[in-house]
Amino acid sequence: MGSLLAERDMLWDAFTTTLTLAAISGLIALVVGTIVAGMRVSPYVPLRTLATVYTEFLRNTPLTIVFFFYVFVTPSMGFTFDYKVAAIIALSCYTSAFVAEAVRSGINSVSLGQAEAARSLGMSFFQNLTIVVLPQAFRTAIPPLINVFIALVKNTSVAGAFSVFELFAMSRRMTNVYSGDVLGILAGVALCYLIVCIPLGQVAGHLERKVAFAR
Amino acid sequence: MSSGPVLYDVAGPDEKRRERIISVVIGVLVVAGLGLIGYRLSLNGVFDDRWLVLVDVPPNFAGYETHHVWAAVFRGLGNTLLAAVFALPLAALLAVVLVSLRASTIAPVRWLVTGVIEVFRGLPVVLMMFFAILVLPGSTPLIAVVFGLVVYNGAVFAEILRAGIKALPAGQTEAAQSVGMGPFLIYRDVQLPQAVRMMLPSLIAQGVVLIKDSSLGYIVSYAELLRSISRVADALTNAAYLLPLLTVGAAVFITLNVLLSRLAVWVQRRGGQRRVAGAAVAVPED
Repeated sequence: MGSLLAERDMLWDAFTTTLTLAAISGLIALVVGTIVAGMRVSPYVPLRTLATVYTEFLRNTPLTIVFFFYVFVTPSMGFTFDYKVAAIIALSCYTSAFVAEAVRSGINSVSLGQAEAARSLGMSFFQNLTIVVLPQAFRTAIPPLINVFIALVKNTSVAGAFSVFELFAMSRRMTNVYSGDVLGILAGVALCYLIVCIPLGQVAGHLERKVAFAR
Repeated sequence: MSSGPVLYDVAGPDEKRRERIISVVIGVLVVAGLGLIGYRLSLNGVFDDRWLVLVDVPPNFAGYETHHVWAAVFRGLGNTLLAAVFALPLAALLAVVLVSLRASTIAPVRWLVTGVIEVFRGLPVVLMMFFAILVLPGSTPLIAVVFGLVVYNGAVFAEILRAGIKALPAGQTEAAQSVGMGPFLIYRDVQLPQAVRMMLPSLIAQGVVLIKDSSLGYIVSYAELLRSISRVADALTNAAYLLPLLTVGAAVFITLNVLLSRLAVWVQRRGGQRRVAGAAVAVPED
């Protein structure tokens, strides 16, 4: 741990990079994922197909392959991204598929009467979705969404292997330099992940119980 | 929950026509968009002779022929599956141990195991693989990959099983107690088997995650699918070959995982039938 304290500027830098990656990608994934979920329940077949293919494709592809694509393959296709931008695109794409699934299961949990009542008032599909169903869907979707976000925070570590200097990349560099303090460095980095992930997990569990009782 | 439309009314003839027109318009727009992207990519030479690497490798200094490329792909797939085959049973074993300890009657043991599970679940798998590489004596990349997968998925499996045990009717445990079974026997013979059966779909879904995560081995230089693909492109000293090779790699993973997910759905449906059959409702056996 001593070496981490000595390099606390670097640690802080890496930690904020991890958090920034998670925050930006999480926000993009939330927006994209919600749109994809909406497309998946829409009455128009092409949109449904597009959304289904998108989710299934990304949910079944390892994150490493998504990263590999945006970092090493796109340059040979004529697009080059900055490493950080590539990491944010890869994380957002991958996470948005899981957000879409969480939101869709939330939509499915909204009781039928709500959508039927909205329809009987003459609301269109879009009004029905945005005014009536989604606000209620998000209530049940919040615990799974928090779990998706926890996974995202941990997944940012993959970016460390693709030239972004975040916590995992920092631990690799530090263990190289201070080879006598490997355990201390790894414990310190682990602590950084745990102080984000464990409280979030507790909140998710608490909300889940609350929603379960409310039902 | 029925799978029929909820958010929009079942359309009448007028509405149906309107819906069809909008669908066609959107479909045309989607196809046009994809075509535009394809055209833009083909301007960048994405559909040039690089795809030949999969069927007929051009002459190169490394002396690679087509069968070498495919051999590398299958070797990579073999290594991916090897890691998964080692990790799955070990993770299941770890989960069973963790769950049994978490149900212990000694409070400190319970707290300790709860803490351990939280820590294992809260850490990135890559970090644990990296830990194994640096700290475990005599560790190879394979051992590191298996270690990371086992530790993380063991904890997640344990949480799934715990949820399963919690969801069992209390009568199961009470009945076992009333016939004089001890806590360990109840856990082993009554709770665990039922929890495993109930949670099998979730367990299989987590198995898919485990297989996906095995490609993190790329980062600790384990020669799994992605790593052996990138080695082929390195040997041919042409980064353009990465696209067709990565396409194959992604296709392999997607096929594998979709098959497993189908298995989960199938198991769930079968489990549902059996429960109905158990409730003495006449259901034809298939």
